[in-house]
Amino acid sequence: MNAFWIILTGSLVATCCSLLGCYLILRRMAMVGDAISHAVLPGIVIAFLLTGSRDSVPMLIGAGLLGVLTTFLIEFFHRYARVQSDAAIGVTFTWLFAIGIILISVFAGQVDLDQDCVLYGEIAYVPLDLWITEGGLSMGPRTVWTIGAVTILILLFIIIGYKELFLTAFDPGYAAAIGVSTSLWYYLLMTAVSLTTVASFESVGAILVVALLVAPPATAYLLTDNFKTMLVLSVILGIVAAFAGYYLAVWIDGSIAGAIATVTGFEFILAFLFSPSRGILISKKLVEPVQQQV
Amino acid sequence: MKEFFEFLSFADANVRYVTLGSMLLAGSSAVVGCFTLLRKRALVGDAVAHAVLPGVCLAFILSGTKNPFILLIGAFITGWISLVAIDFITSRSRIKEDTAIGLVLSVFFGIGILLLTAIQHSGNAAQSGLDKFLFGKAASLVGEDLIAFSIVAVLLLAATLIFYKELKLLCFDETYAKTIGFPVRGLELLLTTLTVLAVVVGIQAVGVVLMAAMLITPAAAARFWTDRLGVMLVLAALMGAFSGVAGAYVSYTAPAMPTGPWIVLIISMIAILSFALAPGKGWIARIIRRQRNKKLILEENLLKLLYQLGEAKQDFSTNRPLQELLQKRAIPAKEAKYGLGKLKAQGYLEKTKNGWALTHEGITRGRRVVRLHRLWELYLTQYLHLASDHVHEDAETIEHIITPELEQRLLEELNYPALDPHSAQIP
Amino acid sequence: MILQVENPVVEVHDLTVSYDRKPVLWGVDLTIPAGALVGVIGPNGAGKSTLIKAMMDLLPSGSGYVRLFDKQIKDVRKRISYVPQRESVDWDFPASVFDVVLMGRYGNMGLFKRPRQADKDAAMQALTKVGMQAYADRQISQLSGGQQQRVFLARALAQNADLYFMDEPFAGVDIATETAIIELLRTMRDQGKTVIVVHHDLQSAADYFDWVVLLNMRLVASGPTEKVLTQELLEQTYGGKLTVLSKVGDLLRKQEFPSRETKVKRVKS
Repeated sequence: MNAFWIILTGSLVATCCSLLGCYLILRRMAMVGDAISHAVLPGIVIAFLLTGSRDSVPMLIGAGLLGVLTTFLIEFFHRYARVQSDAAIGVTFTWLFAIGIILISVFAGQVDLDQDCVLYGEIAYVPLDLWITEGGLSMGPRTVWTIGAVTILILLFIIIGYKELFLTAFDPGYAAAIGVSTSLWYYLLMTAVSLTTVASFESVGAILVVALLVAPPATAYLLTDNFKTMLVLSVILGIVAAFAGYYLAVWIDGSIAGAIATVTGFEFILAFLFSPSRGILISKKLVEPVQQQV
Repeated sequence: MKEFFEFLSFADANVRYVTLGSMLLAGSSAVVGCFTLLRKRALVGDAVAHAVLPGVCLAFILSGTKNPFILLIGAFITGWISLVAIDFITSRSRIKEDTAIGLVLSVFFGIGILLLTAIQHSGNAAQSGLDKFLFGKAASLVGEDLIAFSIVAVLLLAATLIFYKELKLLCFDETYAKTIGFPVRGLELLLTTLTVLAVVVGIQAVGVVLMAAMLITPAAAARFWTDRLGVMLVLAALMGAFSGVAGAYVSYTAPAMPTGPWIVLIISMIAILSFALAPGKGWIARIIRRQRNKKLILEENLLKLLYQLGEAKQDFSTNRPLQELLQKRAIPAKEAKYGLGKLKAQGYLEKTKNGWALTHEGITRGRRVVRLHRLWELYLTQYLHLASDHVHEDAETIEHIITPELEQRLLEELNYPALDPHSAQIP
Repeated sequence: MILQVENPVVEVHDLTVSYDRKPVLWGVDLTIPAGALVGVIGPNGAGKSTLIKAMMDLLPSGSGYVRLFDKQIKDVRKRISYVPQRESVDWDFPASVFDVVLMGRYGNMGLFKRPRQADKDAAMQALTKVGMQAYADRQISQLSGGQQQRVFLARALAQNADLYFMDEPFAGVDIATETAIIELLRTMRDQGKTVIVVHHDLQSAADYFDWVVLLNMRLVASGPTEKVLTQELLEQTYGGKLTVLSKVGDLLRKQEFPSRETKVKRVKS
């Protein structure tokens, strides 16, 4: 049963991250995703101090806000202080992450988070923290409910905003010309990324979130030229990694989060080498260059 | 205060190690960081920092010891592989650089974590302390570490000194460097190696996750104070070293505090203050410049106004009350009074009970503003073909910014004109 | 030679556009007649793309205003369409030709709505007009430069707008495509649409356009092709930059000067 809950949690996290990651990598914003996943830490610690719990709505909102604030800060440093953009990202997230670690040390007695957990989570403990109703009924692990709810939100977001997200990622100039607000959809996307990061943080940690945000979409990008296929494929790749990662971790007795990240990397290497259309070891091109037609 | 002097006296051997160690590490990585920053590859350092972890773990598994040199070699190898991987992925597939960085960073780190936890669970007693690589161990540096890191730090600084000219050109203009026959590939290799080396030692102080800050933040801060590479390197090194010492001090006074994050917090504050306060490029300096512009515009507008009022009858000695000025031009009364007061203090205006009048200097300056205004209007109509009723607004701004050299140039291009497009005399 | 027209489709009034406080276009006053095929012509860095982007309100303008169809831009977004420069997007994006052309219908659909059959038909028709119907399911990464340009054009056509802005549609395309595109633009003009094209080739300009706008940091000329493409006006356009103008522009940026003074009401000029 424990294995089931852990793999389910991993799969849900993988679903959210892989979906949003497709948009991030196509917008060339993979490193902004990385920055957000680190920068939500102080938000999580503060929300934890204020509400005293792990899986609460205030925690999701509070820390999620900090994620959006990160994108504002990066924008601000870049646009108003004119810091070069990659440096703005680097300065912002390391600064916020350092604050988070310091807060954890200062309030070590009151915050039930430790530094290692921050980096690679403790998905193994997910089944231990059960949601028991007042009637004494066990509803299963708390984390599964939180991340499940976030998954539904993300799915709704992508279904409702599919057209706009697609258009603003592909051609923001044209989007603006026909009256689709690029900055609105940019910040909505960043809000979704923050929410996902916060919800996944405790179970898989900051770095694995990045692995799932970047690796499955990048792998899918090498396998298909169709955007919808890319979305579906990266979710499948993420879930497969959650399964395989779990058993890899059990086998060598290591961190499950680390193992899942390892598997996503392995998937990428396979696609990089053997993708039918783009693998570097597959010499024949499936599609011949198109003849010019008059 | 007593603690502070105790700290400064370095009486405690441990304090000596920690302080010197942090200084060397932070300072030398800041120097290398300047080059990666200028080459717009700041975040690559982040990937290297994360990629070092599996190397350390593998080195431990293979050798079974925690000898710093062996671990450093392991770290160096995987750090190097990560950079090669990023370049390989971006050049051989349609994956873009940011994705490649994120991918390499998180996957290498995941492998590292997997190995680290496997080692921890294996019950090998020798492993304790390996996890210090995650968040650094500046507070527990010992003499042996210090020797290893000093050697690397000296190597780094020596290499930057020896290849200063070449690296400078590589950052400034790669294509030019190529055309004049510089071994660009070799230099890139050198810079890659230096970056990996800097990361490998810097990680001892602040750990994997925050290492990126040691490369990027001091360089970004220093960039705001100077445009010269040499000065930038020295400044970045000083800022890095200072944050190293300050971080060590914090953990000396409060031993529960993690040194690495404090070093990063301090250098980040220095950077943010630099973004805001640096003269010239800083955000606040630019706001001040804008405020000054506003004041200049207000004052020159008042002078121009008084000049124009006197111009018709060539009578600049009549004193004019504030009311008359405000009637002619709608300036908020409060602003106008403030500006008039300022101008009087500067000797451009005189005030009697009847009102305000220009001094001799005031006439000269007022005339110049009017002249520039009309010259610019003429320029716009002649060279930009703007209708004469559209040129005034533009001239209202430009009249305040034209330098004497540009004025001369305008006069020449317009052939020393007498009249503006509205047929008013150009004084 | 700056000719203003009655009842213009585009009215640009005293427009100054700055990047980072440095004006790249100074005081443009311009009207464009309805139903014309218009070329915007000038040397590199003259501000051609800037002008059409400012006309669509995609850039913050320093001063002045633009009116389209005698209305504010936000009220007529559905009537305008835009063909950006081909290099402005990533052609490795995982999308099919049909996906991209269908984007032309997004503006009319609104949130929540999915494309209906009518939208798909319109997209297919547009593809047929540019001769690319056979490529509907092709991935955009597999197209040649000319085909990419045709896809962009089809997307704009699918929108069924009245006013089209096109940024260098002839850049880097083969002769066949260039001929096909200009034929298409002429047909559109004959149907009463207005098409504004940024173009850099002087040779073909006289042949292609009925109205020409000459630009080099400022408006040099605007009027019927035969009156504008004269030796004298072309020399003014291509005869190098106005040094004083660009120096003043540099000063404005360096000193962080506002492009316009704070709003001071003018009593007398």
